[in-house]
Amino acid sequence: MSIVDMLITILNGTIIFATPLILAALGGVYSERSGVVNIALEGLMVIGAFTAAVVTIMTGERMGVSPELAPWLGVLAAVIAGVIFSLPHAVASIDFKADQVVSGVALNFLAAGVALFLVKKLFEGAGQTTTVQNVFGKVSIPFIQDIPVIGQGIFNVYPISYLAFILVGLSYWLIYKTPFGLRLRAVGEHPHAADTMGVNVRKTRYIAVMISGAMAGLGGAAMSIAISSSFQHSTISGHGFMALAAMIFGKWHPVGAMWAALFFGLATSLGVSGQVLGLTAYVPSEFLNMLPYVLTILALAGLVGRAEAPASSGKPYEKGSR
Amino acid sequence: MHTTKSKWDAVLVPVIAVILGMLVGAILMYLMGYDPILGYSLVLEGIFGGPYFMGETLRAITPLIFAGLAVAFAFRTGLFNIGVEGQYIVGQLAAAWVGITWDLPPVLHALAAVMVAMIAAGLYAGLAGWLKARLGVHEVITTIMLNYIALFSANYIIRSFLKGESEKTENIQPSASLTSDFLATLFDGARVNWGLIIAIILAIVVYWLLFRTTTGYELRAVGFNHHASEYAGMNVKRNIITAMVVSGMLAGAGGATDTLGVYGYMNISAGFTGIGFDGIAVALIGANNPFGVILGAMLFGGFTFGADNMQRVEGIPTESIRIVISMVIYFVAASAIVHSLIGLVRRRREVQS
Repeated sequence: MSIVDMLITILNGTIIFATPLILAALGGVYSERSGVVNIALEGLMVIGAFTAAVVTIMTGERMGVSPELAPWLGVLAAVIAGVIFSLPHAVASIDFKADQVVSGVALNFLAAGVALFLVKKLFEGAGQTTTVQNVFGKVSIPFIQDIPVIGQGIFNVYPISYLAFILVGLSYWLIYKTPFGLRLRAVGEHPHAADTMGVNVRKTRYIAVMISGAMAGLGGAAMSIAISSSFQHSTISGHGFMALAAMIFGKWHPVGAMWAALFFGLATSLGVSGQVLGLTAYVPSEFLNMLPYVLTILALAGLVGRAEAPASSGKPYEKGSR
Repeated sequence: MHTTKSKWDAVLVPVIAVILGMLVGAILMYLMGYDPILGYSLVLEGIFGGPYFMGETLRAITPLIFAGLAVAFAFRTGLFNIGVEGQYIVGQLAAAWVGITWDLPPVLHALAAVMVAMIAAGLYAGLAGWLKARLGVHEVITTIMLNYIALFSANYIIRSFLKGESEKTENIQPSASLTSDFLATLFDGARVNWGLIIAIILAIVVYWLLFRTTTGYELRAVGFNHHASEYAGMNVKRNIITAMVVSGMLAGAGGATDTLGVYGYMNISAGFTGIGFDGIAVALIGANNPFGVILGAMLFGGFTFGADNMQRVEGIPTESIRIVISMVIYFVAASAIVHSLIGLVRRRREVQS
């Protein structure tokens, strides 16, 4: 394999493995910027992955929807399911002043339980869905695809990957350049001040948590109908927590979170393509698998330093309290 | 919102949370076409249906006590240790290493293996504490990363140095075993072992450490408000590291009893056991109190183990019990919901009388 091919393989893997993390980490940014800790990203991804796989199978294979449309219906359903599933967390943390970590953990358990319960119910007791036939294929862009290395490495990925990068830009604009974004950040930093200025703290936090549900649901869909092609208990195994890590690593900033997710993607890609590229002859495969996680700790210890969460993150807001 | 609180609420809230959780589970089973009464009675049968089942339930509860204690201890100092999973693996591995390669008389060998496992896992967790205290790296990230590093390192070490015939280590020497003939006969050959006793002793030690010593007071003070603690002259950084080390030691002891008491070897595994994550739930149900953790582990472990019986006999998916547990945690978290329910009942009673 030539150097160019190796580069393409690694680059391509980077983007693809980063996709679900970027999406879920963005979700985390919205929620935590508004002051609601969202440990439930993992569970929301599980629900998204499950819904996307099931809806894509049902529409594409049983109802005869065209193979191009079916995965998009899956994505849409995953977003809606993510939003609905984020609501219990929103109700508990915003209206009932619950401990947000506890509520998030509860949601993670609930998501895994509900998804696998329904899988068993829908697929005659099997622990996983059937293989999704109409998964997303990789799409390259005319003209750009002819650029060496980059054309095939970066611009030959799943549609949902392109969507992820668009959403990063959109989120940056929304959070930093619009009145809504200003309110969102104000509510997360100093809800009392925001309240005094007439910002509806409750409404803003609800919207933020629901957006995080939508994003994490999308991230889950990327796992089940693009990167892999079924849903089972191991489809989402720690991705939500990795996304959480990417969000903190990226200092609660959409673009920062994207870079952090890409970094995880790169390290994962190196680990996976190590086998393909024949690196395992020199390094034990366990070391390649470990690489992303070791690099992350080193990067955090060496480069990034102290990260500060939004000041009111994790604190329920009570009117009139100090 | 007007809520009347009484001293009974500390007990009442978890009890009502369990009842509400089971109610949600029952509705779900009913909607999916299963008989909830039959389901729950099969769960109970799976737990209490004979000495063997009871023994195996206790075996399932044991690691959850360790994991719950580990998470709860870190929580008390304001640290979220998601790394119990990895620390548990380190404990399993260290215990296997001592159990296989050292030569010591019985009892002493087992104790040495547990001690080494605790030290190894404590140091491993301490790394996350050190990174947090010195460099300000968020412990949630480091402990997640350390989970994966522990998993892959353990697999590598087993494959390279401790491998037996198949995808696991050799068996530990009998002198290092924590299996108990007494308990095994008592429970009809179930794999309940001395690990359970160690877990209960550690719960008492943790209670004493947290609530009866100066160290514990400082740890909890840092958890409440680290600015105030620092102002009061406490060494916040040292307390963070201490909390993580102790938390890791508790997890490591759990891993050790798994290797020494249940299996007698350690597997090369593709993924996590999930015990560390279950420990988070156990700690939360137990309100981060050591004795609450034991109750939480009994609830969680008992329900989960009994659920297998339900699926085996009647084909009701075990996940329905997962859902019940998640709802219990949810109602514990949103205890305001439960409080307002209690308040509603009380007020109605006041009106009637």
